[in-house]
Amino acid sequence: MLGWLWLVPTLPLAGFTLLALAGGRLTRRTIARIGAGSVDLSAILACLIASAFLGEFGAGGAYSQTLWTWMELEGFRAAIDLHLDRLSLVMMLVITGVGTLIHIYATEYMAGDEGYRRFFAYMNLFVAFMLILVLAGDLLLLFLGWEGVGLCSYLLIGFWYQDADNGRAARKAFVVTRIGDAAFLAGLLVLFTGLGTTQIEVLLVRASTEWPWGSGLAVVAAFLLLGGAVGKSAQLPLQVWLPDAMAGPTPVSALIHAATMVTAGVYLIGRMFPLFAQAPQVLALVGTIGAITLLLAALSALGQRDIKRILAYSTVSQIGYMFLALGLGSVSAALFHLMTHAFFKALLFLSAGTVIMSFDGEHDVFRMGGLRRERPVAFWGFLIGAASLAALPLVTAGFYSKELILSTAWSGPWSGDRVLWGAGAIGAFLTGLYIFRPLFLVFFGEPKSKPTGHYGPAMSAPILVLSALAVGGGWIGVPTFLARWDLSGTYPTSEHIAPELVAVALGLLGILVAYWIFQRSSDTERLAGLFRFGRWGLGFDALYDRLLVRPFIALARANQRDLVDLLYEGLARLARLGNRLLSLTQTGVLRWYARATVLGGVLVVATLILWAELP
Amino acid sequence: MTTQVPVEHALYLAAGLFALGLIGILVRRNLIFILMSLEVMLNGVGLAFIAGGARWGQADGQILFLLILTLAAAEAAVGLALVLAVHHRLRSLDADVLSRMRG
Repeated sequence: MLGWLWLVPTLPLAGFTLLALAGGRLTRRTIARIGAGSVDLSAILACLIASAFLGEFGAGGAYSQTLWTWMELEGFRAAIDLHLDRLSLVMMLVITGVGTLIHIYATEYMAGDEGYRRFFAYMNLFVAFMLILVLAGDLLLLFLGWEGVGLCSYLLIGFWYQDADNGRAARKAFVVTRIGDAAFLAGLLVLFTGLGTTQIEVLLVRASTEWPWGSGLAVVAAFLLLGGAVGKSAQLPLQVWLPDAMAGPTPVSALIHAATMVTAGVYLIGRMFPLFAQAPQVLALVGTIGAITLLLAALSALGQRDIKRILAYSTVSQIGYMFLALGLGSVSAALFHLMTHAFFKALLFLSAGTVIMSFDGEHDVFRMGGLRRERPVAFWGFLIGAASLAALPLVTAGFYSKELILSTAWSGPWSGDRVLWGAGAIGAFLTGLYIFRPLFLVFFGEPKSKPTGHYGPAMSAPILVLSALAVGGGWIGVPTFLARWDLSGTYPTSEHIAPELVAVALGLLGILVAYWIFQRSSDTERLAGLFRFGRWGLGFDALYDRLLVRPFIALARANQRDLVDLLYEGLARLARLGNRLLSLTQTGVLRWYARATVLGGVLVVATLILWAELP
Repeated sequence: MTTQVPVEHALYLAAGLFALGLIGILVRRNLIFILMSLEVMLNGVGLAFIAGGARWGQADGQILFLLILTLAAAEAAVGLALVLAVHHRLRSLDADVLSRMRG
C-alpha cells in the first residue's frame, strides 16, 4: 500500500493536466467531477496509506520512496523522493481531507462562474504542489512545491482579473512572499554549502553533529529559513499580503489562505526543527514573532468591516499561536493547532462564503443582520467555527489545541515563556471578541436586507462535516505518536489548573464583551467606532507604502528614460549627425562636384609640393 | 640646326590651355560647352606630354598623346550620347537641372 504514495500528489496533478489540456471540450458537470474527484481519490488513498503506515512503522518510523534522480552533478545529487513520517502524514491528511471538502463546496459555489474550468485546474495544481511540499524528502523538492503553491496562490487571488484591484492584490501577495522565498533560497544554499547535501534527513543529522550548538552557520541558516516561513505564513513583518489576498474566491481563501498554504511556514520550521534547536536565538525569535503577530493581528481584526478580512486577520493571529508554540519548542502543539485551525477556519470561511452568497456578494458585516433563521446551516457552521476559534472549553477542538500551547508556555523552562503565555492569554480574550463581533452582527439583530442567493447540498454538506471536525477534532487529542517529539521530550500535562482557568476565563470574557457591545447595545455603530484603530491593519500598509513602495516607484519613474541607455542613445545620435553632415555634401549639382574635385586636386598637389620643399 | 622651342614655353601654353578648360567647366552651365572645355583640358595635358617627350628625346610622350587622343574620342562619343539622352528627356542642357541625385 505504501508503494502507492507517489499517486497521492500525482492524482491532483493529473486532474490539472486533464482540465488544462482538454477542459475546453468538457461539460461543467464533467469538470466538477474531474476537479473534485481527483482530490477525493487522493484523500481516500491518503487515508489508506496512513493506516498502512501506522500499522507498519508505528509512531516513530519513516517511509521513503525515491522516484528518480532529478539532477546529478559532481558532489551533488537531488532526487525526486517522497518522505512520509508523522509530520508529513498529518499534513497530507489535512490537505487532502480539507481540500476534498472545499472542492465539493466549490463545485456549487463557483457554479455560475465562467472561469469554472480554470478555477478547478488551478485548485488541483495547488493541491498537487502542496502535497509535493509536505511529502518532499529533499529540500530542493520542498522548495519546488513551495514556489508552486506561491504561483497557484497568485493565480487564484487574481482569479477575477477583470477587476484591476484583484490583480493588484495578487501582485502584492506574490511580491511580499517572494521576499521570504528569497531568504528561504539563501538559507537552502547556506545549508548546502555548509553541509554538502539537500537531503533533509541527512541534512538534519549533519547539522546536529557537525555544527556545535548555537554556531554561527546554524543561526544564519535557521534565520534565513525563518524568513521564508514568515513570508509564506504572513507573520510580522511580512503579514500585509494576507488580508488583501481575500480578493480571491471564498473557497480559495478557505483552502489556500487559511487551512493549508499559509501554514507551510509552520510545517517548514517543524520539518527543520533539529536545525532550529541548534540555533536557540532564532527559536526565541520565532516565539517572539508569533506572540507579537497574534496580538497585532487580533487588534486589526477588531476594526475590520469586511467579513473575509476579519477571518484573514484571524488566520494571521492563529498562525501566530503556532509560531509561539514552535518558539517554545513544541512541534506537536503547533501541529495540533495547525490541524484544528484548518478545520475550524475552513468551516468559518465556508460559512462566510454562504453568507456572502446569500447577500449577493455583500462583504460588509454592518449591512447584514438577522440571518440566523434564514440560513440555519451557515449560522450553526459559523457559530461552531467561532466557538472553536475562541476556544470554548471542553466542547470544541480549538480549546484543546490552544490550551496545549498555553500550558506549554506556562510550564516552559525559560523565564520569557511566561511573557509568551501572557501574550497568548490576552490574544485569547481578543479572539473571543473579534470573532463573535461579526457573529452577532450578521446572524442576530434586525435584517438590514433580504437574503436572496440560495445554496444546495454541495455547499451544506462540507459545512456539516467540518462542523463535526471542529468539535470532535480535539477529542482525538494530540495523537500519541506526536507527543514524544518535543524539545523537552515531555508531554505537557494539565497540572497547572489556575493559568488554564485564567486563559479560559479571558476567552469567555471576550465573547461576553462582544455580546454586550454588539448584541445588547442599542448603539452598535458608535461602540464599533471604538475599534476603528484596527481598520487599516495598524498602519503597516501605510508604513510600507511610504518606506518602500513610493521610493521604489519614484526611482522607477526617475529612471524611466533608462540612464544606462543614454550612452548608447548618444552613440546613435552621433552617427545620425555624421550622416546628416555628409549627406549635405551630396548636392547632386554637377559643377559643385567639379569644384570640389578641383579644390581637392589643388590641395593634394599643394601639399605634395610643400612637403617636398620641407627640409 | 632648327630653332628649338624652349620646353618652358610649351609648358606655359599647356598650363594655359588646362586652366582655360578648367574655367570653362566650372563656369559654363551648358553640357556641350562643358564637354568642349574637357577637350581643351585634354589637349593641354597632351601638349605637356609632347613637350616632355621632345625635351628628353623619348617616344613615350607621343605614345601617351595618342592614348589621350583615343580616350578623348571615346569620351566625346559617350559624352555626346549622354547629352543627347539628357536633352531628349529634360528638353534642357543645363547641368544644374540634373540635380536629382541630391543626398
